[in-house]
This record gives sequence, C-alpha cells and structure tokens, in this order.
Amino acid sequence: MNKKFLKFFSLFLFFIFSLSATAAEKTADLLNPGWSFKGFFGKFDRGSLQRGYQVYTEVCAACHSMKHLSYRNLSEPGGPEFSKDQVKIIASQFEVTDGPNDDGEMFVRPARPSDSFVSPYENNKAAAAANGGAYPPDMSVLVKARKGGADYIYSLLLGYDDPPSGVTLDDGVYYNKYMAGNKIKMSNPLEDDLLEYSDGTSATQEQMARDVTTFLAWAAEPHLEQRHKIGFRAIIYLIILSVLVYFSMKKIWSRVESEV
Amino acid sequence: MSEHNYTPESKFGKWFNDRLPLLTLSKHLTDYPTPKNLNYWWTFGGILTFCLITQIVTGLILAMHYVAHAGLAFSSVEHIMRNVNYGWLIRYVHANGASMFFLAVYIHIFRSLYYGSYKSPREIIWILGMIIYILMMAAAFMGYVLPWGQMSFWGATVITNLFSAIPLVGESIVTWLWGGYSVDNPTLTRFFSLHYLIPFLILGLVVLHIWALHVPGNNNPIGIDLKKPSKDTVPFHPYIVIKDLFALLLFLIVFAFFVFYSPNILGHADNYIEANPMVTPAHIVPEWYLLPFYAILRSVPDKLLGVIAMFGALFVLIILPWLDTSKTRSAIFRPLYKQFYWFLVIDVLVLGYVGAMPAEGTYLLIARVATAYYFAHFLIILPLLGKKEKALEVPLSITEPILGGSVATSSMKRQKEKI
Repeated sequence: MNKKFLKFFSLFLFFIFSLSATAAEKTADLLNPGWSFKGFFGKFDRGSLQRGYQVYTEVCAACHSMKHLSYRNLSEPGGPEFSKDQVKIIASQFEVTDGPNDDGEMFVRPARPSDSFVSPYENNKAAAAANGGAYPPDMSVLVKARKGGADYIYSLLLGYDDPPSGVTLDDGVYYNKYMAGNKIKMSNPLEDDLLEYSDGTSATQEQMARDVTTFLAWAAEPHLEQRHKIGFRAIIYLIILSVLVYFSMKKIWSRVESEV
Repeated sequence: MSEHNYTPESKFGKWFNDRLPLLTLSKHLTDYPTPKNLNYWWTFGGILTFCLITQIVTGLILAMHYVAHAGLAFSSVEHIMRNVNYGWLIRYVHANGASMFFLAVYIHIFRSLYYGSYKSPREIIWILGMIIYILMMAAAFMGYVLPWGQMSFWGATVITNLFSAIPLVGESIVTWLWGGYSVDNPTLTRFFSLHYLIPFLILGLVVLHIWALHVPGNNNPIGIDLKKPSKDTVPFHPYIVIKDLFALLLFLIVFAFFVFYSPNILGHADNYIEANPMVTPAHIVPEWYLLPFYAILRSVPDKLLGVIAMFGALFVLIILPWLDTSKTRSAIFRPLYKQFYWFLVIDVLVLGYVGAMPAEGTYLLIARVATAYYFAHFLIILPLLGKKEKALEVPLSITEPILGGSVATSSMKRQKEKI
C-alpha cells in the first residue's frame, strides 16, 4: 500500500507542480528582495508599512484609488499601526461628500477614520480620461490580482528601462522589463529622494519600492499576521491530536487480528 | 435494516423507537459490519462527508454577508475578507474547501476504479456517486462565479456558451440561462440561488449513496463477498470511526496548510480583478478540478462535438459498471487491468495539465491523444479486458487466505454452503 501511495502522491505532486509551472508566464525573472511577511511566522515590518503608506499617499494616490480600505484600518493590529489620533489627523486631511442633511443638501466635510479611502477620481471613466485611456487599477487587492504578487509589483516599480533598439513606443507609453508585452502607460513613479521619509530613512528608489509593496501586500491581505498565527496553532493542534488518535486507533485495533 | 431486532433499554427509548426507529438506525450504523481489511483509501467517504458539511456551514455564514448583485458582489467579498469577524477564515475555508472536496472525491473515485467497487451489486451506489460528482461540479462552477471577478465572469461566459452548440435552440437556451443577452446581474442572482440549492441536493443524494452502500456492504481491497458479520468484519464503531477520524485529521493538516499559508495558490490572480465585460483575460482557465474536461472539450475541433465529448466523458463513467465485463473486482487480481488503471490515472493527469495550457501546437496534439485514450480505456479496453484477461485466484475470505478461483466461483461455493 505504501508503494502505491507514494506512486500516487508523486503523481499528484507532479500535477500540482506542473500547474504552478504554467502559472509562471515568462517575461523576466522577478526580483525578490526577501519579504518579512512570507513564511510560517511572516509578519509585516511596521516601519516599512508606515513608510509605504507615505509613498502611497504622496505618490500612488494621485492616480490610484484604494476603495476597499478605510482610514481606521491604518490603526488596526497587524497593519501600519498608526495611533488612533494619528489616524484621525490623517483622515481629516481628506474631504468627503456626505448627506443629504436636513435641508436635503449634500455637503463636504473632513473624512473620519470610519470613511473609506478617498478615490482620486469620481469613477473609472474619469480616471481613464485623465490617464490616456487606461484607468489606473484600484490598489486594494492589487498584490493578489497579479501573478507573482509582491515580487511582481516590486519588480515592476524597478523595471523601467530604455527600450531596446527596434522597440518603438507611442507617446505616453513606457518600457518596462516586467510588464506583459513590456509596454506600460504609467510613467516611472519612483526616483531617488522623491520624498522625505518622516522617520529619516534614506528614500532610495529600492527602499520606496520595497516599502510601498509591503504596504500594498498588507492592504490586499490585512489579516495576514493573524492568519499566520492561527494557522501555526491550528496545525500544531492537529498534529498533536493526530498522534493521540493514532495511538487510540492502534489500541482499539489491537483487539482484532489485522493490520491497520 | 430489517435484520435488527433492537429494543432500547429505557422506557422512553422504546416508546420513541416504536414510533420513529431512530435508535434502531443508530444501532445499525454503529454495528454495521465493515470488512476489517479496508485500507486508507477507504477513509475518503468520511472525509467527503466532512467536506460537504464544512462547505454548507461556511457557505451559510458567507451568504449572510455576501450580496448577489453585479455591482456589489466583488465589494461584498472584500467586506467579508476585511470587516467580518474571521470572515477571511470562513471564506478561505470555503474556497479552498472546494478544492479539497474535489481532491478527496477524485481519490474516492479512483479508489473505486482500482478495487472495482462499482461492480455488481454496487452499481446504484456508483451511479448515485456520479450524480453527486456532476452536481459538485455544477455547484463549484457557480460558486466560482459569485465573487464576480474576471475569471468568474469570463468562466461563466465560456461555460454557458457551450449550450449554444445545441442545434436550433442553442442560442435561445443560452439567453434563457443568462436571463438576458450576456452574463450579467440576472445570471449572478440565479447562480447564487442554485449554488445555495445544490449542496442540499447533494446532501440528500449522499444519504441515498450511504443507504445503497449499506445494502450490500462495503467492497474491500481483495474485492470478495463477505459473510456478515463474521471474522472478516468489524463493527463500524469504534473500529472504522477511529480510523476515519485519524485519516480526516491528516487530511485537515493539508487543508489547514492551504487555508493558512497558501490560500490563493489554487485560485487565479485574475479573480481579484473585478469583472469587466470590456476586457477579456489573456487565458480563460477553469479551476484545476475541471481541467481534464476542459481539455477534452477543446481537443475536438467542432464545438458541438466538443460539448458532446465532454459530457460523453462523464457518461462513460456512469455506464462503467456495464462496460467493465470482468467478474473479478479488485485490480490486485487483475494484472493487466492494473497496468491500464495506472495508464488511465496518468492520462487524466495529462488531460488536466494540457487543460491549463493554451489549446495550440503540441498541447493540442497531446490533448487529442489523451482524449482518445480516455475513451478507448472505457469503451474498448475495459470490455475486451474482461473477456481476454486471466485473473489471478482470489482468496475465499480475508482471515483465511485460501485461494478459491474467481469471485464468481467463490460466491457460488458460498451459496452452496448456505444450501
């Protein structure tokens, strides 16, 4: 039975492996700077998340919405963990339309922590019109919506290059090593010292790419730390229970002349 | 269950049992004589029951928070993932649970194929199982549409479009399925409704599946008929219960690994992009468990014939008990069948692989060969094999491995003994 099982299991592994192999479409090998949030105990780097939020809000948010997040998420455990007061200040810098009030009028007020992230455009059409016909995708789940995930986003941000000879680009189209088809409508968003980090970290292009990708990874999967923590406990629990049940089973079956 | 003359001890128990014999049923289930040589491949029935219950319970909770509306569905899933307490856990269990369900059902089906569990007198169990399997695929497909991502939308478009291959009425049927002239809100709401219904149909069929199983009793690795109860059998409880539990726990470790550490690896990244009828994804691929059928569909150049081939692939499984002419059940005693069995396993895996690849060039060629072999296995090899193959001698019982010829003769001998 063991031999048969191994045979079947290796076939299954081959199957899964070949499936994942097909998933990796070849453009260029993605960069991997080593993420703290991968692995069994993976956690986000708090400082990187806070810096990443700064990059998002000062650079990306000019064009990219993040409509599934609320300002309150920024203070929740497992995220950037800004203090509640910081989040109130952050939110109050944005304006939202609320209403109607008792007079039936819509009015504008400063955002509160419970509000969703304010989008830069009214709708996708307005976003597309302002960006040469292609709307910048919403960033809430962007890391999960791209093959390669965080590696892909990070690589893309650092993948801008001069087009090789023979490749002609239209106006408003840029060359990127990691983009499918190598043509992207977003200009290179990051350059060294584009912004000044409030924690004094040197704002190199790699640093910003890394920070903002970490932030986007959290945005896509805000409960990742909790998931890793519960997962580890659940699996340990299951292993211990399996061992106990295994010995109970042996004991029970010892009454019968048979191998289990 | 008529063989049970069970009288409950308590007065109330007796009163109740005379009116509704639930206690007799429970007695039957615990005492149910089970072959003692069942191996771990037999634990997947219990695992599948667990999967079904898990899907129903998690699905019930998801349905409390999900909004079946083309404009809101995607956001409501994100709401579940972000704001509902442990919503991420419930959704990941449900989404990966579907994959684990299929993993288990494929093992269950291939176990049946190896040990000949579909043969007389278990044809009805097999057919009920196949209907459950088909309903599972329908439920899984419709469930995948509900998050209303790009793969949801385009998968739904491709699969429902298959019906347009039906001559004359095809187009009308597709319009009727969609509730409009494209996949849109009416499609989503009816898929949600049906996705909620099907698991309960499956539950009912599972009851029949188990009922039908309890008439002849379990098949077993050596595929012989057993006297029940006898030295060859053990009561279901505690022997099989504890063994099923152990196997379930091992299965849960794999399940937990997916849920907690790779919850999206079995899905497609494009499904985290909200459905957009104006943008077609580069490759439209179904979930992994449907890939072999997708490969068969695409390997036929004609649309209608492709659809027929795809449904034919399921139909040959349904009539399998009559295609396999061999009287010997277990592959252990069928040296040739054993070889062909493994060819079939490889063939189905190859079909799954090419199903994920673009249908062109070498992949298409491989898909065609594999499709042809799939049908040849069931329609040519199995019927001939039963006539040509010389099966090994099978034992008369599990405890006393005396060889007594084929299953047919061994059961005949037992018949004589009874007389």
